[in-house]
Amino acid sequence: MAALESPQPAATTTAMRHAFGNVLSVLILVLIGVLAFSIRLFSVIKYESVIHEFDPYFNYRVTQFLSKNGIYEFWNWFDDRTWYPLGRVIGGTVYPGLTLTAGTIWWVLNSLNIPLSVETVCVFTAPVFSAFASWATYLLTKEVKGSGAGLAAAVLLAMVPSYISRSVAGSYDNEAVAIFALIFTFYLYIKTLNTGSLFYATLNALAYFYMVCSWGGYTFIINLIPMHVLLCIVTGRYSPRLYIAYAPLVVLGTLLAALVPVVGFNAVLTSEHFASFLVFIIIHVVALVYYIKGILTPKMFKVAVTLVVSIGMVVCFIVVAILVALVASSPTGGWSGRSLSLLDPTYASKYIPIIASVSEHQPPTWPSYFMDINVLAFLVPAGIIACFSPLSDSSSFVVLYIVMSVYFSGVMVRLMLVLAPAACIMSGIALSQAFDVFTGSIKYQLGGSSNSTDNAEDTNNAPKDDASAGKTDKGEEIVKERSSKKGKKKEREPADKPSVKSKAKKKALVLPLETSIVALLLLIMLGAFYVIHCVWAAAEAYSAPSIVLTSQSRDGLHVFDDFRESYAWLSHNTDVDDKVASWWDYGYQTTAMANRTVIVDNNTWNNTHIATVGTAMSSPEKAAWEIFNSLDVKYVLVVFGGLIGYPSDDINKFLWMVRIGGGVFPHIKEADYLTLNLNLVTY
Amino acid sequence: MAARIGIFAVVVAVFLSIPAFSSAQDLQIVNAERRIDLSSHIVKDFLTLKVENIGISPAAEMLLAFSPTQIKNLAMVQALAITGKKKKKTYLPLDVKPAEQPDAPNDTGYYRVTFVSPLGPGETVSLEVLYILTNSLEPFPVEITQSESQLVYYHDSAVILSPYHVKQQTTFVKTPSTRVESFTSIEPANRAGKEIKYGPYENRASYSYAPVIIHFENNSPFAVVEELVREIEISHWGSLQITEHYRLTHGGARHKGVFSRVDYQSKRSVSGASSFNALLAVLPPRVNSVYYRDDIGNISTSHLRTGFRKSELEFEPRYPLFGGWRATFIIGYRVPLEDYLFEASDGRRYLNFTFGCPLVETIVNKLTIKVVLPEGSKDPYAILPFTVNQDLQVKYSYLDIVGRTVVVLQKDNVVPTHNVPFQVYYTFKPIYMLAEPFMLVSAFFFVFVASLAYVHIDLNIARK
Repeated sequence: MAALESPQPAATTTAMRHAFGNVLSVLILVLIGVLAFSIRLFSVIKYESVIHEFDPYFNYRVTQFLSKNGIYEFWNWFDDRTWYPLGRVIGGTVYPGLTLTAGTIWWVLNSLNIPLSVETVCVFTAPVFSAFASWATYLLTKEVKGSGAGLAAAVLLAMVPSYISRSVAGSYDNEAVAIFALIFTFYLYIKTLNTGSLFYATLNALAYFYMVCSWGGYTFIINLIPMHVLLCIVTGRYSPRLYIAYAPLVVLGTLLAALVPVVGFNAVLTSEHFASFLVFIIIHVVALVYYIKGILTPKMFKVAVTLVVSIGMVVCFIVVAILVALVASSPTGGWSGRSLSLLDPTYASKYIPIIASVSEHQPPTWPSYFMDINVLAFLVPAGIIACFSPLSDSSSFVVLYIVMSVYFSGVMVRLMLVLAPAACIMSGIALSQAFDVFTGSIKYQLGGSSNSTDNAEDTNNAPKDDASAGKTDKGEEIVKERSSKKGKKKEREPADKPSVKSKAKKKALVLPLETSIVALLLLIMLGAFYVIHCVWAAAEAYSAPSIVLTSQSRDGLHVFDDFRESYAWLSHNTDVDDKVASWWDYGYQTTAMANRTVIVDNNTWNNTHIATVGTAMSSPEKAAWEIFNSLDVKYVLVVFGGLIGYPSDDINKFLWMVRIGGGVFPHIKEADYLTLNLNLVTY
Repeated sequence: MAARIGIFAVVVAVFLSIPAFSSAQDLQIVNAERRIDLSSHIVKDFLTLKVENIGISPAAEMLLAFSPTQIKNLAMVQALAITGKKKKKTYLPLDVKPAEQPDAPNDTGYYRVTFVSPLGPGETVSLEVLYILTNSLEPFPVEITQSESQLVYYHDSAVILSPYHVKQQTTFVKTPSTRVESFTSIEPANRAGKEIKYGPYENRASYSYAPVIIHFENNSPFAVVEELVREIEISHWGSLQITEHYRLTHGGARHKGVFSRVDYQSKRSVSGASSFNALLAVLPPRVNSVYYRDDIGNISTSHLRTGFRKSELEFEPRYPLFGGWRATFIIGYRVPLEDYLFEASDGRRYLNFTFGCPLVETIVNKLTIKVVLPEGSKDPYAILPFTVNQDLQVKYSYLDIVGRTVVVLQKDNVVPTHNVPFQVYYTFKPIYMLAEPFMLVSAFFFVFVASLAYVHIDLNIARK
């Protein structure tokens, strides 16, 4: 929306400029969408249009089932082709958001007689939703710091490697749609916070519902927003807008969340959600206090406070005691294993080897930060500073968001994904503010006429709180502007007329010309490095589907397609009801590609069953035969990478089989499988 | 369906009108030479006959007899009449139709060959007959391991089964290698190298039969396509999209025991001799956008050589196929429309395309060809040189409203000799080509108009 030229006196030119700015913004946003979509197509161009890795195959299979049998069959689906002989209730144990989304897209396309296969739809769901996520980032950042920052943040998010790693074409996983849902929920929360509109509060609850449908990471939202509300209350920023932003979300959101079968009563029973209820009570108390304060005289109010506090303390104590008793009665204190390992990073490695054995649940290394968010890591601090000048409700939210996500990403490498949007928003704000300052300085130095230039600058980046201050002064003009717009579009335009105070502040920010130019060039270089890194990461690091491997040698490209070779063989040359045993990594792929019954799969819901397979794998042949025989296994799938030098084969995973097997069956001891005298091992 | 009934009616009519002047005893075969080629899993029999009319009335046709097992596996019979002397022989293709004889001994099956001109009394004619048998090599042992080579039985008769008296005949059997475990000897019979010679036998009465079994090594790829669906989609925008769904199997001796990849790759000469891992498809020239994949993605082992006469696609299934193993895959490609679509003189359009299966040396048990005509086509019918089942379907593709007419041609037991051109005629108005672009344009137009209206109309109840 950048109003680039100096303002003209005539109202029509202002309107023209706004229209031009709007069109330009829309055009840029469309291009950002195209960028977000197309940078994720490297996997299709370099490899093929195929579902990637492990979990996406399960999601693909579920989507196939959904598109073939319909939604009701899907909810009631008991899958007997996995976890033999136990089976698995799919409808009640998956987050259905992704499959329902792709299934709906497929259904719409097919009812328009566009015969795309389910696979194609699944492959391209993630890139499409990346474009949506970029637009949502624009909206969120625009709410926080204006549309310049919004566009910068959107373009950064469109190609942030951390997000690309989970959303390349073919990476058909929950995160693909969940990140969009996450950002969009935050946007609607901020929007509600800024406008106090119940309409947006309802939309917010619906977006939260979509997020709950999509990903277990929704607990991040339901903890972050209460934290922010609490922060606002503690820092004396309570307002009716805050109440409207929060209370409907908790009530509607929890009700809706409980509709999702996999969440169900967990939405009110597990500790992950307690923070939101606690804050819900607090905000009501605070609202009541404010209300009473409004109707009572100050003296009466003091008396009332003493009374209420003393009674309130007693009630609170009782409630807390009940809660503690309830929580303590459950073995894990009401927390799920993965959540616990977030609070205590050493928890999983101590108690649950199956969570620890997944590489994406390990803490990240420092280089992975540089790999995944690259220069954003340096821009984030600047963005945080920019958010503090001045601090508003919305900017305090993004500061809280980045702080929390940095912590969580430090615990689990997978949660880098949550950090990425926050880092993009912060960096977008930082970049946009820096550009404003530098270009403003240059314009000031070159322009001469300082007054008008200053005005122009301010249109760009006047933050919201100034806007509300300015609005009282120039309310009429804004109303005039609005009358040409739709009544529904209540969103405040970035204030045209800044207060006198911010004008004075602007003048102090003028920098020398040379410094500004050099700094601008350096910023552009930084951006260029980021783009180069992102394109490289998208093309080289994150595009491999990992079911087909390629290696470049002197005599050309070698393709190792052994996984699919074995799955295709199983699919065509074994009986349809044969049972295939393999380590759990290959469970989803075997059911999806070979359509054979597996003993364990990547869902890992039954540790004992996995331990049984682990025991069989680490037992001598005779014992293993008996175990497999008892499970009706006819084929055993093992991956051996020794001949071609493929490192992540079953020998590489063997120690985990021993550990997980030993966790349930004590006769398997890890020490038995290790060479005691390491000095004797020669390589 | 109608065409099929029509042809059947013709056959019946011919059958009813003929016997009056052509009984079996009116003809005799003066000299017969038969060459049986067993080098692949498709058995090819070349029969050179010299037929003499010993009756008193002219004979317009003769019968070829086949044993019940042969008639079941018979994929194709062709006959040529030879005229002229040694140097300038000319071959005239003759009409061959399946025939039924009410008094056929032991379920013998017949094909009726109609001569170019009726054979007068005392005249002779030379014929060349080619017939092709599928599924006629029976693996024995039925199961083999990876290191064994494949042995098969071939059952036939040493003398030609014929409703006519045969004065002199010889049969040559060509085996793929010199390894012949055993063969039934009916004197005079002898074997030299890759060839077994039965005969010459003199004066054999009609319906003579002398069963022989030849047990020999045959490691040629027994590639059998159990089902092939070829979809040919005509787009008047300039291309022909062909999609072929294959269900391939190895029809030889079943694989027994383990499969060792290491042995297979390191000792290729002695390991998996009867298996095959490469196939060759002959595609049309100027082919483009070729893909080769299966249900779970691209299969990366293929090479395409394009040429002026034909293109060759050499590809490997995901895994080598041993006896009894199966694989499915899809081959798709696009060819320019002007090479295959023509306009007939009456304004109708016709597609001229090759029937059969593009894979070389392959049997197709069930072939379905679907010709998807553009939306709005009318009056389709197909012309083929042999009988097939025909049907019409409707298919909905990109943004279709009324659907596209699909001409479905279905034939069992197809061999490479069936790769001959066929034609599908239909009428089509080019204006239909613009339907879908028009739909898209109007949809976008509507969206823009709607958004214009939305921006300019104030729906607020309360004045601001």
